Amino acid sequence: MTRITVKVDGVSYTDDVEPRLLLVHYLRDVVGKTGTPIGCDTTNCGACTVHMDGKSVKSCSVLAVQADGCEITTIEGISNGEWHPLQSAFRAEHALQCGYCTPGMIMAAADLLRENPDPTDHEIRAGLEGNLCRCTGYQNIVRAVRRAAQETRTGATS
Amino acid sequence: MTTDTQAPAAAEIGKARVRKEDARLVTGQTNWTDNLTQPGMLHMAFARSPHAHARITRVDLSAARSMPGVIAVYCGADFAAEQGSLPCAWPVTPDIVIPDHPPMAAEEVRYVGEAVACVVARNRYEAADAAAAIDVDYEPLPAVLDIRTALDESSPKVHAAGNKSYEWSLATGDVDAAFAGAPVVIERNYRQQRLIPAAMEPRAVLCAPSGDEFTIWSATQIPHVLRTMLALVTGIPEHKLRVIAPDVGGGFGSKLQVTAEEVLTLLAARKLGKPVKWTESRSEGNLTIHHGRDQWQRIRIAAERDGKLRGLTVDLLADMGAYLMLVTPGVPLLGAFMFPAIYKMDGYSFRCTGVFTTKMPTDAYRGAGRPEATFGIERIMDELAAELGMDPLELRRRNWIKHEEFPFETIAGLTYDSGNYEAATARALELFGYDELRKEQERRRAGNDPVQLGIGVSTYTEACGLAPSRLLGQLSYAAGGWEHASVRMLATGKVEVVTGASAHGQGHETAWSQIVADALGVPFEDVRVLHGDTLVAPKGMDTYGSRSLAVGGVAVRGACDKVVEKARMVASALLEAPPEEIEFSGGTFQARGGGGPAKTIQEIAFEAFSAHNLPDGFEPSLDADATFDPANFSFPHGTHLCATEVDTETGHVHIRSYVAVDDAGVVVNPLILEGQVHGGIAQGIGQALFEEAVYDDDGNLLTTTLADYLLPSATDLPDFVTDYTQTPATTNPLGVKGIGEAGTIASTPAVVNSIVDALRPMGVRDITMPCTPQRVWRAIQAASGSASNTDGDAR
Repeated sequence: MTRITVKVDGVSYTDDVEPRLLLVHYLRDVVGKTGTPIGCDTTNCGACTVHMDGKSVKSCSVLAVQADGCEITTIEGISNGEWHPLQSAFRAEHALQCGYCTPGMIMAAADLLRENPDPTDHEIRAGLEGNLCRCTGYQNIVRAVRRAAQETRTGATS
Repeated sequence: MTTDTQAPAAAEIGKARVRKEDARLVTGQTNWTDNLTQPGMLHMAFARSPHAHARITRVDLSAARSMPGVIAVYCGADFAAEQGSLPCAWPVTPDIVIPDHPPMAAEEVRYVGEAVACVVARNRYEAADAAAAIDVDYEPLPAVLDIRTALDESSPKVHAAGNKSYEWSLATGDVDAAFAGAPVVIERNYRQQRLIPAAMEPRAVLCAPSGDEFTIWSATQIPHVLRTMLALVTGIPEHKLRVIAPDVGGGFGSKLQVTAEEVLTLLAARKLGKPVKWTESRSEGNLTIHHGRDQWQRIRIAAERDGKLRGLTVDLLADMGAYLMLVTPGVPLLGAFMFPAIYKMDGYSFRCTGVFTTKMPTDAYRGAGRPEATFGIERIMDELAAELGMDPLELRRRNWIKHEEFPFETIAGLTYDSGNYEAATARALELFGYDELRKEQERRRAGNDPVQLGIGVSTYTEACGLAPSRLLGQLSYAAGGWEHASVRMLATGKVEVVTGASAHGQGHETAWSQIVADALGVPFEDVRVLHGDTLVAPKGMDTYGSRSLAVGGVAVRGACDKVVEKARMVASALLEAPPEEIEFSGGTFQARGGGGPAKTIQEIAFEAFSAHNLPDGFEPSLDADATFDPANFSFPHGTHLCATEVDTETGHVHIRSYVAVDDAGVVVNPLILEGQVHGGIAQGIGQALFEEAVYDDDGNLLTTTLADYLLPSATDLPDFVTDYTQTPATTNPLGVKGIGEAGTIASTPAVVNSIVDALRPMGVRDITMPCTPQRVWRAIQAASGSASNTDGDAR
C-alpha cells in the first residue's frame, strides 16, 4: 500500500492505496465520485476524462499513485454553484442522449477551450477525437462546444 | 391546500423542448448500475473460454479459492441444478433446433468468451486476480466459422443436432411468372458483416437478496421481460423478483437480452445471501455482448426494360452464432417483410436459413433485420439502374408506391397505412443539390480526377412500433407487443406518469411530458415520468424496435384520455351540467357555450382527492391505466442522399455531404427526433466504413477492444443536413411512427451506393463492408485487372 494525498473537486483526501489502483477506480470506489464513468479499458473512449492539475487525462490510464499531490477536477466539481457553460450548452443543443460519454466529453471540451477559446468546427472535432459517443453522431456536441465557447467569450468581455 | 391552476400557453407536441433527463446527466448525478452499492456487496468476475470449441476436461478452482478476499468460486457444475437454459423467445418454425444454453458451460464451450467459472470476492481487483488463477483443461474441438460451408456434410458440428437451426420461407405473388421471360434479371451477393453494438455503458448487474426475494439492478433495456425470463430460467417465482433498470447508457439492442451474467449474478447472490455485483470490461463486452447482423444475401431482381419491377427473390444465410438467444432466430424475419421496401412488384420469395457457428450469438442490433433488408434492396436497385442505364432515383420513382395509393398492401403482405415518398425525396433533392453534384461528377470523370465523386441514394421504409400482439403470435414470438401506462393526478395538481417503456437515452421523460401536457392541459414542468422499475411500473414490454412512442406514447395518451373522462364526471357534478354538455379545453372544464363557471383539471384533481363532493359511485382519486396494442406496425420512411469523394489512389473515402429527410409521422419533439436521426446515421456509416467483428481462423475474436473495433469518432463524420416531412400514421391516435432505427436503416446503403457510384466507370460493382481504404483500393485494382481481389470476404 502506498499513501497518497489527492485534492479532488476542492477537497483533500489521504488514502493508502494499492500501487496498481487506477485513478478512475480511486475516484469512483474510494472517493465516491461516481459521476466519472468507465467506458473501456484501453484509453479509447474517453468516458473517464478528468482534469489533473488543469489538463485533461483519461483516468483509466493513470494510476492513483501518479495523482499523489495533484489536483483532480471531475464533472462533479466543474461547476461553481451555477452550471459550467459547457453543461448548459450540452443541454441546450441536445448534445447527449444516454449521457454516458457526457462527463468525459465535457471535461475534454473544457480542456480544448482552455487551449483554444475560439475553435473552428474542425478543431472541435479534432480536439474531441479521443472521446467516443455512440448516440449523437457528434454534430450536436460540436454545436454545444461552439455555443459554450461563444458564451464564455461574450461573458468574458462583457 | 392550494392547487396549481396555471395552464400552458401553447401545444407541447411539436415543441423542441430541451430534455428533463439532462440535468442529472450533465452534472454526474447518475445512477449507472456500476455506481450502485449495497451493504456488504461482493464483486464477481468470470473465467472465460479461450477456445472457440472445446470439451472441458478438468476444472481446478483450488488456487482461486485460496486467494485473498475470495468468498466463493463456482464452475458450471456448481450451478447445474439451478441455472436452467438461457431463453429463446422466438422459435420461428415448429422444427427449429434450439440447443440447450446453460449460462455457465460445464461440459463443452462453443465460443471464445463463454463463461466457465466465476469468483465472488470482496472487491473487483481481488475477484479479477482469482479469476485469473482458475485452471481449466480443454480438449479442443474443431471450430465452425463460415456459414457458407457450415451446412456441408463434411463440416464439423457445433451441436449434436447439426449446424442448421431453421429454415423459414415466404412466397407471395407469382414469382416464377415474374422471372420467366423478364427482359432484365440481375443477381447479386451481399455481405452483412458481423457488428458489435458497443453502447458506451458496459453491462453491469447488481443483485441483492432479502430473504427469498431479490432486487436486480441491471443495465438493461427490458426490465419487465428480464423479470419474467429470470423467473422462468431460475425457477424463482416472478413475484419475488424486482428488476430495476436505473440510468442505462445506451443499448441499441445489445441490452435487449437475458444474459448469462444476469442469471449467474442472481444465482451467486442467492447461494451466498449477499449482494453481488458484476461489471464487465469493454474487452469482455466485445466478446460476450450479443453481436449483430452477419448474413450472406443472394438477391435476384427481375424488371422490364423501362425499369418496372417484376419480381424479387432473396436467399439468406444468417449466422446465429453458437446458441439462440432471446430473439436471435427472429431477426432475419423482421427483414423478410421489408426487402420489397417501397416498391411495387408482382412476385416475391424469401428464404432464410439460420446456421450455427462457434461464435458469439447474434441478436437484435439497431434496426434488427430491417437494415439488412434495406441494404440488400437499395444496393440492388442501384445495380439495376446501372444495368438499365437509368438514374437510380428515376428507377425508384417508377416503382415506388405513390402517395395517393395508400393504404397499400405490399407484395410481402404488409399494409402500409401512409407515406409520401415523393415529398420526402423532393425535399432531400432540394437540400442536397443533386443536379449540381451530378454535373461535378461528370467533370471529374471526364478529367480523370484521381478523386472521384459518388452519389448514393437510399429511399427506405421500415416497419416499426413493435408490434401487434396477434401478428407476433402468428410469427411464433412468445410475448405480446402492447404497452402500458398509468397517469395519476396528485392532490396538488401535479401529474405522475408510469410507463412500461424503459428509456436508455431516448428522452421519454421529456416526450411523455409533452404528450401529457397537451392531453391534460397541464404545464410541461408539472409532469414526472416514472419508468424502469418493475415495482414502480409493474406492467410493460420495454424499449426496442422503435416502439416506445408509437406504442408506449400512445398508451400514455390513452390513459390521459381516461383521466379526462373521469374528471368530466366530477366537473359535471360541480358545474351542474350533464357530462355531454361539459367541454374540456386547455386544462379547463366548462359547460358548452362558455361564459358559465369553470373548473380546472387541477381543481378537479383536488376534488377527487378530498372526495367530499364526488358523484355517487365515483371512486376517489383521479387516475387511469391504459394499455395500447397496435393494430399494425408503423412505417417511417425517407430519402437519404450521400455524396462521397473517393480517392482512387489510396482508397480513402470522404463523406462530403449527407442529407436525410425522414418522415416519422407527427413529431412530438423535433430536437429529440433530430438527435435520433444523427445518431442513427452515424451508426449506419460505422457499418459502411469502419466496423466489423473479426474472428480469426481459430475462432478468436480479434476486435476485442475499441482500438480494434472502430467506432466512428468526431473527425470521421460530417455535419448531417436533416429535415423531416410529417405524414401522420393513421394507425394510432397520435399519428406517430417512431424514429429510433430509421437513420441506421437508411444510411448504410446510401454510403455504399455512393462509393460504388464513384467507382462504377472503373468497373467496380460492389465493395464488401466495411469499405476501408484497403478494400476500396483492392476493389479498384481487381476491377481494372491489375491485381487480384485477394482480400475477398475476409478482412
